[in-house]
Amino acid sequence: MLEVSGITKSFGGLKAVDSASLDVQAGEIVALIGPNGAGKTTLFAILAGFHQPDAGRIVFDGRDIAGLPPHQICAAGMVRTFQITQPFARITVRENIMVGAYLRIDDRSKARDRAEAVAAQVGMAAQLDRLGADLTVAGRKRLELARALATGPRLLLLDEVMAGLNPTEITEIVEVIRAIRASGVTILLIEHVMQAVTSLADRAYVLNQGRMIAEGTLAEIASNPAVVEAYLGHGAAEVMRA
Amino acid sequence: MTRLALLLTLAFAAAIALPLVAPGYLVDVGMLVFFLAFIGQSWNISGGFAGQTSFGHAVFFGTGAYTSTILQITFGWNPWLAWPAAMLAGAIVGWFIAVLSFRAGLRGSYFALITLAFAEAFRILANSLSFTHAGLGMLIKADPRPANFQFKDPIWFYYLALALCIVSLLIAWQLTCGRLGARLVAVRENEDAARALGIDVFAEKVKALSLAGAIAAAGGTFYAQKYLYIDPNIAFGVDKSIEMLLVTMVGGAGTIFGPLLGALALTGINEATRTLASIVPAFKNVQPLSLIVYGVMLILIVGRLPDGLARLFRRVDRHA
Repeated sequence: MLEVSGITKSFGGLKAVDSASLDVQAGEIVALIGPNGAGKTTLFAILAGFHQPDAGRIVFDGRDIAGLPPHQICAAGMVRTFQITQPFARITVRENIMVGAYLRIDDRSKARDRAEAVAAQVGMAAQLDRLGADLTVAGRKRLELARALATGPRLLLLDEVMAGLNPTEITEIVEVIRAIRASGVTILLIEHVMQAVTSLADRAYVLNQGRMIAEGTLAEIASNPAVVEAYLGHGAAEVMRA
Repeated sequence: MTRLALLLTLAFAAAIALPLVAPGYLVDVGMLVFFLAFIGQSWNISGGFAGQTSFGHAVFFGTGAYTSTILQITFGWNPWLAWPAAMLAGAIVGWFIAVLSFRAGLRGSYFALITLAFAEAFRILANSLSFTHAGLGMLIKADPRPANFQFKDPIWFYYLALALCIVSLLIAWQLTCGRLGARLVAVRENEDAARALGIDVFAEKVKALSLAGAIAAAGGTFYAQKYLYIDPNIAFGVDKSIEMLLVTMVGGAGTIFGPLLGALALTGINEATRTLASIVPAFKNVQPLSLIVYGVMLILIVGRLPDGLARLFRRVDRHA
């Protein structure tokens, strides 16, 4: 469904993403993990059209979308959420989600119905009339998810929707994400909460200093020396083995 | 909702009945309120809903006033026909400024300053070109016939202003309950999030400014027909820009009734202070007393009621 190959992006002298490749099959949940500053969010921003890659191809559903503006990529069926939540602060949750719903629905009452259905799906039905600014961290994360979902995507890019949540909230949102996948939406997610990654993802990619250093099932990755070293430092893999 | 409907019906009936019972002076004041509310709504669409603050909305107002007046005087058009042409010209100027500034990625105060620069440039051009009669201004020959967009009885300008005001309210209401309005608000609140959700931010901003341009230009033609005279300062002066911004900010930017409430408040203050100055000797020499009160009011609004007077009617104004 999504084939990314050789994506490179530099800011000044810094190579934020260095020839990264990944692919996602329809129906999968794929995780993108890696230490802080590895370039995960930059890669997401490139996939969603917020940054132009210096090189590389992004093929979504057989169509090269590299270089398209974000709204066209969203219309094509791939939508991102933001790690640093970006609610529309002075309008209600319902109106926030309706903005997403309006992508494919012209009629107001239908857009509202869709927004309310999506809110129920992510567990926000009780908060529909709250202002975006009045939400808790957990509420904002759900709102990110709900708005993106309301656009009717086929591929969701979730950027740390669990960061800052407590264990109960994480368990809840893991269930929500499972249900979203079950409804036929493919998911690529960036996540630091390993408990969630292991329980959700079919496969994972590991990005470190802009390079893709490993790929595979979670068990394969956890035993990969390059991954262990990326997280714990040089020589750590040997210590672990000893 | 029913309370709002009742209130609106009463207000509408009062507005219709006013010229029949009130003295001529009040009819003029009422005309001014509706006129200000109308041009304020232009600012409200681009500045209030879409969040693109402009300091130079007079550029649209003046474009409308000059377009219809030139078509009328120089080319002999009927002013009713020149009116839509003026609106088209206003929309084109709005489109042009928007494409230019938003392509260049100007936001916030940079965009506001660009609009001010355009208004000033148009003022200076109107002041020096011969087809605008330069600094002399343009005088429309008085020929008070309805077919001529001139009326002997000021009541007709009052009703026309009322109609324009109602049309502007309907436009704003349409915006709040449709896709375009939702998108403009999304752009105002957070451009990145809007973009991620499939909104072509550039295109929406261009639409908002073109629509605002057409409305303000319609106000310009109305003004020219009412007073039968325009000059560069009246048409493109910073005063008009501030007026449009002020009624909206005071009344409540991004709300349907904001410009109307603001126009009521500001015109009320203006008239009250003028009366006060004429009866209280101590105020006689404090010439623009209204400006001082405006200033105080603006400080109070920004400090205490940043969402404007409409906030006081929150439950009424908020659509169901």
